[in-house]
Amino acid sequence: MIPQTLLNATVRAESPLVEVKHLSVTYRTRAGYSKAVDDISFTINKGEALGLAGESGCGKTTAALSIIRLLSSNAHTEGEILFNGKNILSMNQAAVRDLRWKQISLIPQGSMNSLDPVIPIGNQIIEAIVTHKRIPKKQAWELTNELLSSVAIHPSRAKNYPHEFSGGMKQRATIAMALALNPLLVIADEPTTALDVVVQKQLLALLKGLQRKMGISFLFITHDLSVISEIADRIAIMYAGKIVEIGTKEAVLRRPSHPYAEALVNSVPRVFGERRILDSIPGNPPSGIWPSGCRFHPRCKYAFDLCKEKEPELTKSKTDAQAACHLISQGN
Amino acid sequence: MTQTKPISQQSEEQTIDSQRPILEIRNLKVYFQKRRNIIGRRQVIHAVDDVTLSIASGEILSLVGESGSGKSTLARAIVKLNQPTSGEILYRDQNISKLGREETKRFRRRVQMIFQDPYESLNPHSTAFEAIIEPPIIHGLVPSSKRERVGVVDRSLKMVGLDPESRRDRYPHQLSGGERQRVAIARALSLEPDLLIADEPVSMLDVSIRLGVLRLLQTLKDQMKLTYLFITHDLGVARYIGTRIAVMYFGKIIEIAPTDELINHPFHHYTSLLLSSVPGTDMQQAATTKIDVEYASNLADPPSGCRFHTRCPAAKEKCSIDEPKLVELRNGHFAACHYPLMAGQGLEVN
Repeated sequence: MIPQTLLNATVRAESPLVEVKHLSVTYRTRAGYSKAVDDISFTINKGEALGLAGESGCGKTTAALSIIRLLSSNAHTEGEILFNGKNILSMNQAAVRDLRWKQISLIPQGSMNSLDPVIPIGNQIIEAIVTHKRIPKKQAWELTNELLSSVAIHPSRAKNYPHEFSGGMKQRATIAMALALNPLLVIADEPTTALDVVVQKQLLALLKGLQRKMGISFLFITHDLSVISEIADRIAIMYAGKIVEIGTKEAVLRRPSHPYAEALVNSVPRVFGERRILDSIPGNPPSGIWPSGCRFHPRCKYAFDLCKEKEPELTKSKTDAQAACHLISQGN
Repeated sequence: MTQTKPISQQSEEQTIDSQRPILEIRNLKVYFQKRRNIIGRRQVIHAVDDVTLSIASGEILSLVGESGSGKSTLARAIVKLNQPTSGEILYRDQNISKLGREETKRFRRRVQMIFQDPYESLNPHSTAFEAIIEPPIIHGLVPSSKRERVGVVDRSLKMVGLDPESRRDRYPHQLSGGERQRVAIARALSLEPDLLIADEPVSMLDVSIRLGVLRLLQTLKDQMKLTYLFITHDLGVARYIGTRIAVMYFGKIIEIAPTDELINHPFHHYTSLLLSSVPGTDMQQAATTKIDVEYASNLADPPSGCRFHTRCPAAKEKCSIDEPKLVELRNGHFAACHYPLMAGQGLEVN
């Protein structure tokens, strides 16, 4: 079902496609400056799905949007984002425009509501294709039909309008659109939040299948750890503008090293298995003004004096992960 | 990993002062008229279609289902926000559509609702103090002196885990999401209700503060001897809080059972599909269900027979003709299915 034209992408495992180095993003607001992302570094390998998880206001969307240079004009970015070795942050507008959609595409949050209500779905996908690529209409239609089938929508539905689609189908249509130009990286911001569980499960399976078959790299942004467990190979957990833990899915979800990651994993009521004592995290996630030292210390049950003063660095933990916690850097 | 006493059992122990249900719903139908096109051809949306249900005093009934299944319409009908098309809702043996003026006022005091989004349900121009004191003022339940009113509000703020000094005079936008929902809960409880309808009360909250609000609801239920109808789309939450779980599909209740019974031995194929769709669980069935059958798009035109037959992996001819009735298949476990799943079938959970 995968379009032939999309099969060219080669999978070279373990070589980084995206290298984010010391990225910081500061927003200038009426109330002053707000550092939404503070000195984070991570890589996304070719063909890999990285999950970026965290609560609202932790900076995950800001971090992701800076990769495609879609931040609002009051944002000031520092650091480097290397895409195939080239620094996206120092490119001129034309070069960035050339990158968007063709090499990096975005499925924005609530994208199913971003479809134009008065244009049939198929025509909207065509528009995305012909804006970036000069191909005959007929060929574009063929590609559109292939794309729709690859996201399990029958090509005959291409002439339907968005209101004739259900939420899940609209979301799948926007995914088809994001895949239209055979990108190397797809950034998906909460792609399944508005969907019901049954549709969500199917959509996640679909995305995982596309990732494997087409060798696309994915950056998934979500607040829902169980969703990320379906799709990601590696997971980074953000808190208050920082990455507090990053590692393989198994390490981060099964044996979390950072107290915040641990608390997050333990605070979700499970459907199956033993009923466990759940760990609720006191207080609220900070917004805008970050606490001193380790930013999680006011809510952390293990916090000690050092945590208030010194900011911990990401260090290799006992599992297959790195975590920023003094307990780990002190070898406990 | 530490094991703990099941939460649903904890609450079961000190429940049920009387065997009489606090709420009984009989053959409830809520239909909506919808104009379909410019010619004016009318469509009828069967939002709630022949639901019979009873809630025992002191229990927490979790109501789950996908969006558009009629959960919220049912909840709104119970608090008289939606007019039933037919059927009866009895609150403590009284039909709520036949209440007089005074009785209605009393009913509104005793049955309260909390909503998904406290940012929308709280008045942006009212402080926490004003939001909480307003209902008791309307019902003439509080003294008129400001000092005593502050006392009343402070007590209820403490009860929902908020610091009165710092939070009393804040407006909704000055509170965090979790704090806003706590104010909404305090407001709902300010009239000392005995039945609380909670419509997705934690869905909008950040993961790290959800559990705190769930725990609060649990504690308040015990302290104030409340009964909950708890609507959620999250089966984990439904299991965490519920004594029983009811599953809605297309306006109907298709299965209802004590919590663990429903999770471990679902009879209905739809319940099984829901369970197997929980993210992070790896089970067979989700893959066998046809992906292109779309559900919410045609509520006005439900499938014949069993409404799930178009998506059901086990559907036979009978399913498209006869509508199955909700029958008791095991103690307290009801399901509406012609070919129910037997023990050990369908779900294999690791």
